[in-house]
Amino acid sequence: MSEGTIGGGDGRFPETRWSAVIAARSDDAVERRRALDLLIGAYWKPVYKYIRIHWNKTSDEAQDLTQEFFTRLIEKDFLDRYDPAQARLRTYLRVCVDGVVANESKAAGRLKRGGGAIHLSLDFSAAETEIRRVAPAPRQIASPASTASIDDWFEKEWIRSLFALSVETLREECEARGKKVHFRLFEIYDLDDAPNYRPSYEDLALEFGIGVTDVTNYLAFARREFRRVVLATLREMCANEEEFRREARAILGVDPR
Amino acid sequence: MRWLSDDAVARLRDACSELELSGTPYRMLDRLGRGGMGTVYLVGDSRLNRRVAMKVLDLTDSNGDLEARLLREARILAQLEHPGIVPVHDVGKLADGRTFYTMKFVQGQRLDEIARELSSSTERLRLFQKICEPVAFAHSLGVLHRDLKPENVMVGPFGEVLVMDWGIAKVLAGSAESPPAGGATEGTSTDSESAVKAPPETAHGAVVGTPGYMAPERARGEIARLDQRADIFSLGEILKFLSSGSSSGAAVANRLPRRLSAIVAKATASAPGGRYASAQDLANEISAYLDGFPVSAYPERLLDRTARLISRNRVAIVLVLAYLLARVLLIFWRPH
Repeated sequence: MSEGTIGGGDGRFPETRWSAVIAARSDDAVERRRALDLLIGAYWKPVYKYIRIHWNKTSDEAQDLTQEFFTRLIEKDFLDRYDPAQARLRTYLRVCVDGVVANESKAAGRLKRGGGAIHLSLDFSAAETEIRRVAPAPRQIASPASTASIDDWFEKEWIRSLFALSVETLREECEARGKKVHFRLFEIYDLDDAPNYRPSYEDLALEFGIGVTDVTNYLAFARREFRRVVLATLREMCANEEEFRREARAILGVDPR
Repeated sequence: MRWLSDDAVARLRDACSELELSGTPYRMLDRLGRGGMGTVYLVGDSRLNRRVAMKVLDLTDSNGDLEARLLREARILAQLEHPGIVPVHDVGKLADGRTFYTMKFVQGQRLDEIARELSSSTERLRLFQKICEPVAFAHSLGVLHRDLKPENVMVGPFGEVLVMDWGIAKVLAGSAESPPAGGATEGTSTDSESAVKAPPETAHGAVVGTPGYMAPERARGEIARLDQRADIFSLGEILKFLSSGSSSGAAVANRLPRRLSAIVAKATASAPGGRYASAQDLANEISAYLDGFPVSAYPERLLDRTARLISRNRVAIVLVLAYLLARVLLIFWRPH
């Protein structure tokens, strides 16, 4: 391979955008809104579940506290104090959640909706359903005892949220590019839980009227694009390249030994 | 938004970390290991029907920094054509944009693993001499390895020794960046295509390498002072490891024969000026030691010299003594 083509070929790097952590403090209202939408989209479910399970709050209390937390995130510049060298963003935000919940009694008057608070449209019933998928009553879920296991639990939920966001982005992109079949195969083979039966490539080829080789290629495409979307989304959530590399390694399971 | 179960998340994580080789002539066989910026896989090359090792960046990067580092590593390896340095076969990009290069798949054992199986000290020292050869060659081209340690030395099935992982190698300023003597030159040092860019994290004195095998001047971040003697220090630590099974502490070195201990001490001298000037000098010193000749690291006293001469010539001495004894016995036993 010649020097001229080294690094050529596709040559595409993921689109680089402003870090959402930085953009959330931007004077540009559009950038700020985009950044906050991304951060809220990725974090609201882990925050809600954390408040429900770890702080043992009722669904109504957890909803109010979740709204309160993100209101403060938007209005009180929580992100201004974030230093990626000190901690991961999700650890920092979780600690901020602890602060908000611990101060609940002092802020009791502001927990009621109205009073000028920002109201975010969040599907709490879906989050509650997800909690109940794990256990009929959240109290049955053992709350992590140590700080390390709390961090692990929160990380697991955050990864779940990040992947779910990325799946939706991938779905939209595939539909826009006329690759619905690609996404559908990905959905059936990689997303669906099939404890008793997992379709073979031959089964999928028959179902969709395509060749087995096409199934292989379509799945490879979807997985590759999924990875790209995950990394692009993750990059937007990180404050700098070093943090991004560290987080990507943790999520992709590529941790240095 | 769709809910993802724990199993689905696990499958997706696997999918994200999977190596996707479509569009290349390679097929995945196994994952071999992982380093600072990339992972090494065993892949099959369908064109030549052979197995090769493929080093792939774990991530694409927005500014091309990681890609530049990996390509630099591949180019350095490509220029170091020596039996003791793993040859590079190919470079390219995967469908997901990650840069890779392929190299010879070395089947064998790491030095830290095989050292336990070597019972003879002579065998260990001969092995050490083989490690010095590719390092000396690289130095002759102005390339420092900077991360020499037992884990980065492989011993193949035929006893061949390969020095691996040149990922943080440094090309000294003013050295030839073109292929070795006898080969065509690629260009001058002003040719931007052939110029080797220092990885950003080492450009301003940041410390990279492995503690324990790292020369003191490197540990202090004195990047500008580094020369091949930094690698000599690491070779000295490897020698200590091979000789004694451990690389730590003065007590270890004290258990070695005095001349060998002196060689280790010289190779691992704190000041670069106190060490051997080259890997070849160190290898020659080991030869002298093994062959019973004087070594420069150990100034002999008369008693030491006598003991060494006796050790080196003990067969001849035994034969002479046996002859003399036989003569004496004949004198006393000869019938009058």
